[in-house]
Amino acid sequence: MSDPILKIRNIESFYGPIMAIRGVSLDVHKGQVVSILGANGAGKTTLMKTVSGVMDPEKGTIEFEGEQIQGMEPHMIVNRGIVHIPEGREVFPLLTVNENLSLGAYTLKDKAQIERDRELVFSYFPILKERRNQEAGTLSGGQQQMLAIGRGLMGNPRIMLLDEPSLGLSPLLVQEIFGILRRLNEEQNMTMMLVEQNASAALELAHHGYVMEVGRIVMDGPASELMASEDIQNFYLGVQEEGVRENRRWKRKKTWR
Amino acid sequence: MENLQLLISGLANGCVYGLIALGFVLIYKATEAVNFAQGDFMMLGAFVTIGLTNTEYMGLPFMVALPISIGLMALLGYLLDRFVIRQMFGESQVAVVILTISLGFVIRFVAGLIWGHNPQTLQNPLAGKDLNFGGLVLGMEDVAVIIVTVLLTTVLFAFFNRTKLGLAMQASSQNQLAAYYMGIPVKRVQGFIWALAGAVACIAGILFAAKGAVDPNTGLLGIKAFAAAVIGGFGSLPGALMGGLIVGVIEPFASRYIAAGYSQVAPYALLLAVLVFRPHGLFSQVRVKKV
Repeated sequence: MSDPILKIRNIESFYGPIMAIRGVSLDVHKGQVVSILGANGAGKTTLMKTVSGVMDPEKGTIEFEGEQIQGMEPHMIVNRGIVHIPEGREVFPLLTVNENLSLGAYTLKDKAQIERDRELVFSYFPILKERRNQEAGTLSGGQQQMLAIGRGLMGNPRIMLLDEPSLGLSPLLVQEIFGILRRLNEEQNMTMMLVEQNASAALELAHHGYVMEVGRIVMDGPASELMASEDIQNFYLGVQEEGVRENRRWKRKKTWR
Repeated sequence: MENLQLLISGLANGCVYGLIALGFVLIYKATEAVNFAQGDFMMLGAFVTIGLTNTEYMGLPFMVALPISIGLMALLGYLLDRFVIRQMFGESQVAVVILTISLGFVIRFVAGLIWGHNPQTLQNPLAGKDLNFGGLVLGMEDVAVIIVTVLLTTVLFAFFNRTKLGLAMQASSQNQLAAYYMGIPVKRVQGFIWALAGAVACIAGILFAAKGAVDPNTGLLGIKAFAAAVIGGFGSLPGALMGGLIVGVIEPFASRYIAAGYSQVAPYALLLAVLVFRPHGLFSQVRVKKV
């Protein structure tokens, strides 16, 4: 396989005195979807924030297309084509859908390109076209998530960092959004790094998966392998082996500990 | 007829309050800090213009001095953010509040040192002229103040809604973190907002000095403008202007119809009433975030 587009090596990040990421290394290749699974507080979001420059790592390197970007200002990182779609949508509530999309293209200069991107976003999310003059704060949760993804696309990203796109959405909407993400990956060859709690949705979409626990990566492999792994099935997919008393979920130990 | 005249002069005063309140809200929305020196910015802007135009100082033509003083005040706002306020990043809100209050004192004393403590009027082409509409006599300055405020509001409105920088300013005030994610250089945008607040304060000062006298303590008017901003709904730009107009209009009517001594408290009585019955202000923009 070719050199990875995003190369993270031994990253350590802190919230004040608390070490949130304890030496994480991972690779994302061009055109790939990489999923990072993990429970609350595993450090997934922190990892994303460190890549997009909102947080600075204490140690380690982040290489994007051969250049080190750790510790750069966020707008410099967006300029390079790394777009972070944050957890919980974070749209601009009092601006219209169209204005939100325009802000997604803040770093771009070419007006014709921006309008082409806007049409592309509308082709993937027709509902946004319908609502384009509505204030974003009045959209439903699912529509806001679509807007957040669309706004990210407007930045013409070379890689998208998606933080919990399924958060707070109904199973049907999750399916719809993951369907669109898959189309984006297949049709636009969009590279994605995806953080999710919804492990089955994430692994179905991804080519490669990593499992994070308390700031470390404890397991990684091709998505199909992870999905077949007994540990993942037990702890993230909720598959239960019935009838075996000793193997009950709360008694079992994870094999990586 | 008399009431109409009171209304017009009240509106003219209210425009000045409204513009100062606008400065408060601009900075508050962008940085979550309140710049209590906003009134003193206004006073300083007035004195800078007086220093440039009045014949006893530099005696520049009015139309030349205008852009220079507005530019100077904008620069002051920008530098203040760049070298003072930004150093306070991460400190508590109270620290920033105290910093801006003390900044107000500094500006007041410096202005007193340079221009003296006597009230001065801005020499301007409109001074002393009246407009007569069939018995209704209006000072040219009052009319000019209202027209300039309307124009300025329109320009600001267009700026915030039509330009990229204006949109970026709105975005960074609505959701700072998301603005970072969009690649908006939030800190630089905040610098521009301080510059804008400085420029608006300067225009308010020019209007104020054109229709009345300023002295270094005029900056304390900022307190009244702050009340206006709260009445209108802190965090809403149209609300700030409306709050200013309301306070401006109440004042002359109160002093005409209510006993002296009580009339001065009228704006603050309204402030209390608003805080009790509509704590977010009359024209607030409050949205509940959807999860």
